[in-house]
Amino acid sequence: MSVECKTDSRLEKILRSGQFAVTGECGPPRGADPDVIRKKCQLLKGNADAFNITDNQTSVVRMSSIASAVIMMQEGLEPVMQMVCRDRNRIAIQSDILGGAALGIKNMLCLSGDHQKFGDHPQAKNVFDIDSIQLIHTVRGMRDNAKFLGGEDIKGAPKLFIGAAENPFADPFEIRVPRLAKKVAAGVEFIQTQCIFNVKKFGEWMKGVVDRGLHEKVFILGGVTPFKSFGMARYMANNVPGMDVPEELLKRMKDTPKESQAEEGIKIAVETIEQLRQMPGVAGIHIMAIEWEEKVGEIAEKAKLLPRPAI
Amino acid sequence: MVVGERKPFEELLKMVENHNKILLLGCGGCVTVCLTGGEDAVRVLASQLRMAREKEGNPIEIIEKTVERQCDPEYIDEVQSIVPEVDAVVSMACGVGVQYVAERYSTTPSYPALNTSFVGGSVKEGYYVEKCQTCGECKLYYTGGICPITRCSKSLLNGPCGGSTRGKCEIDSQVDCGWQLIVDRLKGLGLMDRYEEMLGICDWRTNRDGGPRKMVREDFQR
Repeated sequence: MSVECKTDSRLEKILRSGQFAVTGECGPPRGADPDVIRKKCQLLKGNADAFNITDNQTSVVRMSSIASAVIMMQEGLEPVMQMVCRDRNRIAIQSDILGGAALGIKNMLCLSGDHQKFGDHPQAKNVFDIDSIQLIHTVRGMRDNAKFLGGEDIKGAPKLFIGAAENPFADPFEIRVPRLAKKVAAGVEFIQTQCIFNVKKFGEWMKGVVDRGLHEKVFILGGVTPFKSFGMARYMANNVPGMDVPEELLKRMKDTPKESQAEEGIKIAVETIEQLRQMPGVAGIHIMAIEWEEKVGEIAEKAKLLPRPAI
Repeated sequence: MVVGERKPFEELLKMVENHNKILLLGCGGCVTVCLTGGEDAVRVLASQLRMAREKEGNPIEIIEKTVERQCDPEYIDEVQSIVPEVDAVVSMACGVGVQYVAERYSTTPSYPALNTSFVGGSVKEGYYVEKCQTCGECKLYYTGGICPITRCSKSLLNGPCGGSTRGKCEIDSQVDCGWQLIVDRLKGLGLMDRYEEMLGICDWRTNRDGGPRKMVREDFQR
């Protein structure tokens, strides 16, 4: 992997220097109050190297990813601006990339986006002018070749460290490594995976990644989500598409008394992180503590991921 | 074929509430095949409208007629002696037919009796599915003869999203994941190398985004 950084991203510096990286996540509020983000930032600060700002996740309208990322930077944290293809055509996408970079954002995550059916505006028209792999290719061309998709020159290329997501647990399983290869060919530099509960299956996918040498071309950050309760574990197992929660984990949560379930959920997350760290090719961890930001520090601490390196 | 579904009866009743005499014009093309706009459908809707208006004490006169198809001007001409006698034409064709009637008869309103739904085919009688979104730049060579624009709920061109589960789409467990179908088909054909090629960004000018489209056979224009 190249050690030369293409951007000023702290996340990129940590990954390229060979250190094990940690990212977190922060969901913007359903309102215009910036203090909601500021409070979350206080809980998250110092517990990871960079933090994803979700882009209208599950198709529910929230404060924009760019605006939330700027508020996060004011609090001294490094954001990863998520961008979905569902709501913007190529004109808006390129415009937002320029705007985000101009405001000081240094990382971007390229996503297709959840279908609008899941959100609070299922009547909406979706866009999908380009898909997530084409989005990676777009931002890479803007950054490295200083060219718009239309072929014109960009005056002042956006210096963004380029990421994407991958779900090793979605079907068909056999194309999940080839799909990652397509993202690598399109120019992605880091990957955050879907929540890993089935470590064995993740290991199979990771082996395929290493066998193809993809881990030498892209940094893989394993996604970890702590269960707050048995109810949440069951919901994720049954109601979230593309999620793989093994029976034994469900049983473990179910057999835990209600008042200790949150603690058990964190314990499972920490154990998962420890297993992932042993796997060849895993370059970091992405902790997604959904509406449970105050626990990111505890998980990182227990998994011996703190303190985060100073850059 | 173009598949259309009849609009809710209440909506149709409202459309003609101020008219006393209408032409209910069926189409012998696609909408006859999909059982929503042909001769039989005309007869059924005409009876329903008459009965409803009778009940209101405000009877309506309806002329029933079905032409070969409504997407050719020559067939629309066939009703030129009838149209001046009526207050409005209710077309049971797809949106093309409704507009052909409107263009041909400038002083008589033309109303749609159907919602034009999609371009598709039949699975069995009375069961139709969408197969093509007329993007104008066919990609079926790369995708094993299965259309990703139509069959993937997000129209993704480079593989399934993370929501594909056991062959089904994340939006509905009754909907097949288009990309699962494509992958299965490519595997069966021994063409999985086509999956690894990145499909480039679409030029949507060939779709409706480029404005109303036309197809002209120059050799027929002399």
